[in-house]
Amino acid sequence: MKCDVCENEASVFLTQIINGQMTTVNLCESCSKAKGVTEETGFGLAEAFLSPTQRSEDSMEVVCNACGFTASQLKKIGRMGCPECYNSFREGLDGLLRNMHKGTRHVGKRPMSVGGTAPQLLPRQRTSVVREETSSPPPPMPVPAPAQPSDVSKLRADLDLAVQEERYEDAAKLKAEIERLQPKAPSQ
Amino acid sequence: MMRFATLIKNPADWMKGAGPHSEIVMTSRVRLARNLRGFPFPGFSQERQRVDLLEQVRPVVEQLPEMRDGYSEDYTELSKIRKQVLVERHLVSREHAARSSGCAVVVDRKQSISIMINEEDHFRIQGIRPGLSLHSAYELVDRVDTELESALPFAFDSKLGYLTACPTNLGTGMRASVMLHLPALVLTEQINPVIKAVGKIGLAVRGLYGEGTEALGNLFQISNQHTLGEAEPEIIAQIEKVIEGVVRSEQNARAKLKEDHQTMLQDQVGRAFAILRYAHVLSSKEALNLLSMLRLGADLDLVGNCDRSLIDMMLLEIQPAHLQLNAARELSPDERDSMRAEITRARLQSIDGPGSFPPSQSTPGGPPSAPNDE
Repeated sequence: MKCDVCENEASVFLTQIINGQMTTVNLCESCSKAKGVTEETGFGLAEAFLSPTQRSEDSMEVVCNACGFTASQLKKIGRMGCPECYNSFREGLDGLLRNMHKGTRHVGKRPMSVGGTAPQLLPRQRTSVVREETSSPPPPMPVPAPAQPSDVSKLRADLDLAVQEERYEDAAKLKAEIERLQPKAPSQ
Repeated sequence: MMRFATLIKNPADWMKGAGPHSEIVMTSRVRLARNLRGFPFPGFSQERQRVDLLEQVRPVVEQLPEMRDGYSEDYTELSKIRKQVLVERHLVSREHAARSSGCAVVVDRKQSISIMINEEDHFRIQGIRPGLSLHSAYELVDRVDTELESALPFAFDSKLGYLTACPTNLGTGMRASVMLHLPALVLTEQINPVIKAVGKIGLAVRGLYGEGTEALGNLFQISNQHTLGEAEPEIIAQIEKVIEGVVRSEQNARAKLKEDHQTMLQDQVGRAFAILRYAHVLSSKEALNLLSMLRLGADLDLVGNCDRSLIDMMLLEIQPAHLQLNAARELSPDERDSMRAEITRARLQSIDGPGSFPPSQSTPGGPPSAPNDE
């Protein structure tokens, strides 16, 4: 099979399901590297594209006040500059996350310090470039608890069974149905 | 702390031990992405900031009970070949190995836990276990994470979870992945529907080290893509369930091969053994495919006294950086091919080989396509 980008023999076959749409990309090794497909991270990409000295001076643009990362940089590399960026660029974030994940709200592990005692802070005097973050976290957004009607739990059971019996086609359909019945976030 | 030579001399815990479905599932890995509050992510920080951060956190990581007496190295101290060896051992990512100043890796004595500092995120905590045991791999990293967070202020948001450089890792910051050896599904041409079906459930399928898929040793990696909206145990349980289905498909395909295509199977395994045992030039791709056939033969008791861990060790030893580390110098591709054959010849000396088959009663039948017939 030929690479979708160049004429070389493809060796990386990436199949992804995004919102029920299957996309298959065939790439040769060098193109896959260039696209960052075979890498878990796009770290090198970020390094190549940006350095703090090349910040956009566009005053109209949204800029993270903690690290100076700009909205156009985010758009370009798909990565944030610092943890505070999630607050600075929260506009439109939900939509992005909905396309990427199962939901838009974290339901997993929490640090002990959340609700408990704050962890000891690192000495900060050596990181002069980073400003102390004083802005408060984004206001909690009204997200209702996901509906769990009994037919959803029935579908979930069916899904488990389908997976167990290796009926993956059925499983995919059931999964789509569950997602349809169970909107992940409030409609706007 | 441990020296590099000592680390590499010993096989990792996951190479020695067997886990559930070890004949098909080579390893289970879980990694957590974590970042410090108030610091820019490594990709958007200056070298000096990364070096400062590393200097502050490295002692904390080294002093974790799990990591005591382990291996810890600053990347400026590591040669290209040594870093690549760590990649081949799955202890660090390729991206991380490509970096230098401000980066370090800390590995525990058993090579079950590795902590990369200043990867795409400030911390990548990885646990690796043999067989299908994502649960126990998660327990490893969960414990280390809990210990680290008592000393370091991790960036966490009550709605978004752990904040990561890339929004695709947001929430749990967890990537759980399983390395599968699926030669029978490939031989019987059932692999593509299986890959498609797994993809439809939102899991990603890749080849060994993210390179080829079918071409390289019939090794496949399956991992979750979603990290937000589900709790860690849920994500792991779902992957394990899917993997159990894939394992059963592979088991059925193996049984079918043995029953319906015994002659073809014996031929493939016999040829694989003969080439590995007697060849003098072996490319990496050929060696991986032949070792895959030999592993299948060993799993199906077609090869006498051939331990699976011996084959799994060879799978590492024949990789480019391992060869060069062994030779203590850089090798040209031609030199590597001949060195690779030297290793497989030597390792297979003590193996009986597939000579002692019971006489075959099966009719040749229409053999499914073999991986090397082009």
